[in-house]
Amino acid sequence: MTTSATPVKGKSPLALPGRRSVPGRVVPVIATFVLFVLLFGVGTARYDGFLSGQVVANLFIDNAFLIVLAVGMTFVIVTGGIDLSVGAVVALSTMVAAAGLQAGLPAPLVVLLVLAMGSTLGLLMGLVIHYFEIQPFIVTLAGMFLARGLCFVVGVESISIKDPTFRTFATAAIPLSGTVSITWSVVIALAIVAVAVWVLHRTRFGRTAYAVGGNENSAMLMGLPVARVKVGVYVISGLCSAIAGLLFSLYMLSGYGLHAVGMELDAIAAVVIGGTLLSGGAGYVLGSLLGVLVLGVIQTLISFQGTLSSWWTKIAIGTLLLLFIVMQRVFMRRQP
Amino acid sequence: MSVDAKQAPAEPTPLVRMRGISVEFPGVKALQEVDFRLFPGEVHALMGENGAGKSTLIKALTGVYTPAAGVTTLDGREVSFSGPAEAQAAGISTVYQEVNLCPNLTVAENILLGREPRRFGAVDGRATRARAAELLADMGLHIDPGSVLAEHPIAVQQLVAIARAVAVDAKVLILDEPTSSLDQDEVAELFRIMRHLRDRGVAILFVSHFLEQVYEISDRMTVLRNGRLVGEHRTSELSRLDLVSLMIGRELGALAEVERLAGQAGEEASTVPVLEARGVGRKGSVAPFDLRINRGEVVGLAGLLGSGRTELARLLFGADRPDSGQVTVDGRALHLRGPRAAIAAGIAFCSEDRKGEGVVADLSIRDNLILAMQAANGWARPIPRRVKDQLVEKWIKALDIRPANPDALVGKLSGGNQQKVLLARWLVTEPKLLILDEPTRGIDIGAKTQIQKLVAELAQEGMAVVYISAELEEVVRLSHRVVVMKDRAKVAELDQNATVDDIMRLIAHVDERPEAVAA
Ligand SMILES: Nc1ncnc2c1ncn2[C@@H]1O[C@H](COP(=O)(O)OP(=O)(O)OP(=O)(O)O)[C@@H](O)[C@H]1O
Ligand SMILES: [Mg+2]
Repeated sequence: MTTSATPVKGKSPLALPGRRSVPGRVVPVIATFVLFVLLFGVGTARYDGFLSGQVVANLFIDNAFLIVLAVGMTFVIVTGGIDLSVGAVVALSTMVAAAGLQAGLPAPLVVLLVLAMGSTLGLLMGLVIHYFEIQPFIVTLAGMFLARGLCFVVGVESISIKDPTFRTFATAAIPLSGTVSITWSVVIALAIVAVAVWVLHRTRFGRTAYAVGGNENSAMLMGLPVARVKVGVYVISGLCSAIAGLLFSLYMLSGYGLHAVGMELDAIAAVVIGGTLLSGGAGYVLGSLLGVLVLGVIQTLISFQGTLSSWWTKIAIGTLLLLFIVMQRVFMRRQP
Repeated sequence: MSVDAKQAPAEPTPLVRMRGISVEFPGVKALQEVDFRLFPGEVHALMGENGAGKSTLIKALTGVYTPAAGVTTLDGREVSFSGPAEAQAAGISTVYQEVNLCPNLTVAENILLGREPRRFGAVDGRATRARAAELLADMGLHIDPGSVLAEHPIAVQQLVAIARAVAVDAKVLILDEPTSSLDQDEVAELFRIMRHLRDRGVAILFVSHFLEQVYEISDRMTVLRNGRLVGEHRTSELSRLDLVSLMIGRELGALAEVERLAGQAGEEASTVPVLEARGVGRKGSVAPFDLRINRGEVVGLAGLLGSGRTELARLLFGADRPDSGQVTVDGRALHLRGPRAAIAAGIAFCSEDRKGEGVVADLSIRDNLILAMQAANGWARPIPRRVKDQLVEKWIKALDIRPANPDALVGKLSGGNQQKVLLARWLVTEPKLLILDEPTRGIDIGAKTQIQKLVAELAQEGMAVVYISAELEEVVRLSHRVVVMKDRAKVAELDQNATVDDIMRLIAHVDERPEAVAA
């Protein structure tokens, strides 16, 4: 007595327990990758010296903090939420780090302090979102104002970082080959990407995040730890923002309340361009990494061009964002 | 003393015992001092009309709702779960009414989420899929566990939800209307599994509006009415007649009375076609078919799950775009670009997936109906408020939606009553052709006959109806003609004299092509 399972339109009804048949969901990521290669191809064709190891390395160096930010944002968006506070938390982190070092605190302690602060902010926002059932948009918007405001409580002026540990760490170059080198920031960012891939795609916590994004009520009724995951992703995002803040303070060697203004939007743009659905339930960490690289390439292209103002980056990003969201829509429609 | 001694061996201690349970929602007393016992090794049916409080009792047990009063004990110990996760950990495995899974995840993940096999702390995808395939095969379901859940029809999703619930070694298994969209074979398969579990001592709580199924599987039943306990009986000691009168609280002459009340196909339909389809089909979905539906005619669509019933309906409605053939409505060619074109031409499609494409849960009954009215009428032409209110009231009454309060939020209605609102939403648009896909799914037996009667009346008033249902008796009784579907093709068209046996034979036939094809 077997049920004749309905063969899905245009798909083989064959049961292959060992294999997965969801290439459909990877398509946006592949599209992002193709776009990246295309953009890079354009640069190579038009500008001498574009196709070099160091240009690629610089993509990572200049965007290490954004990569970390986008990774955290991916967790949140996969559950169907959003975190608008990340840019402000980056600024607050640079400020706290700079002020702490200025006050003579040892560098490791400053790092711990910043990480604890970022996670705590994330935790608070997550708790409010889950237990008071308030939209993430509103809660994290409030978090954004709070963090920005706190920056100026710490100090109104920009504080430069003179701590030797931070300075060596910021400037140390790790040679990859004869002419190409990267910074420690890149190593940290990539390590975080690796950990995130593992957590989001391979652990129960990660899978539950997708379930919550797919249908929160169902996930609750399925007996999944919805509260832990929903709050957890904001802690992760807060922690990532703090790490990104530390990387940013290495990059700028200063702390300032007006650092990273609007960076949350860059992060969201990167995540969406990387193929993650804003409505939640689908997306990949590697897609977000690619999304950041696409944004980076556009910036590089414009700086190579030389005469265009950097605001063209924004225009390009805006256009791309629209294009990708439309593409996702069209793609989703075609699926049954 | 002697009485006690006689009864003691027959009555083991209950595994679950709920006493004096009351659950209140703003303005509604969903449950009032209900007692309930569930013994190990029994299948216990929870019976009652739509809105009687069955799902609420289940949710009060598993911690989705916190009772305002009452005590629950499990295995003699008092419990009060904070949510389904805790109930699950205590050995209570539940399939809630409606499929409650994550459409964006794979079948395998949906079955094993939260208890996947792991290696070095990471979910082992391969092992998860293999285990899921095993569990599905146990239920006679052979689908790719790596496929995304949303790709599967509702019935398969329902089976997946059941597979998830039986996958754990639970002491208590709760199934809230698990069979609403299953066909006979699947129900038989489910019952085999349920009996197997029962014999191993699992306590099973089962909800269904199909009396046949309840009598076939259950050992004992508890009847609720309007949130109150009516009684607990052994199934073998309660006749169907008595059960129905307990449920609806009235003495019903006979069950036959219910049947008599149910709609019957009218004498004859006109021969004026409302819709004609010639060679309409879609690759991989339904083979090209011809179909003609006349004014005032009910055309039944019969066939097994996956035979293409729903797919055919979706083609007529333009929900899927046909890639061959032609459709004319009232003699004019209709380009089925999408549902909007179909709606504009007076076609309505009440889908079986009420959760996915159904009602707006956050709006009131009134707003849901008005939304549909306005959409059909065009936004530029407002409908006078008085007319609106009259129509809303009329349909609430015609379908016996409870509570009969136009301002009640649809999301807070019981499952069966939501289904009625969905139906009402289409009826207010007064379509020329109404396509009903499993309209009586999850609806109690009183309301079921009411809906059937309504369909017959609507047809008499001239509406053309396409009626899809897994219950062949229902289809045969209501329809002027029955279209039989098999393997995604139309295989026969039978007239009013067709019997259930005729249809069964056509469906069961393996290679021989039935003669009736010509019709
Ligand atoms: N979340 C809620 N908020 C307000 N009222 C509710 C809620 N859930 C259920 N109710 C009300 O409680 C009553 C009982 O509903 P319940 O879902 O338990 O019925 P049921 O017996 O399962 O019916 P059905 O057969 O239709 O599934 C109904 O009147 C319903 O409107
Ligand atoms: Mg119910």
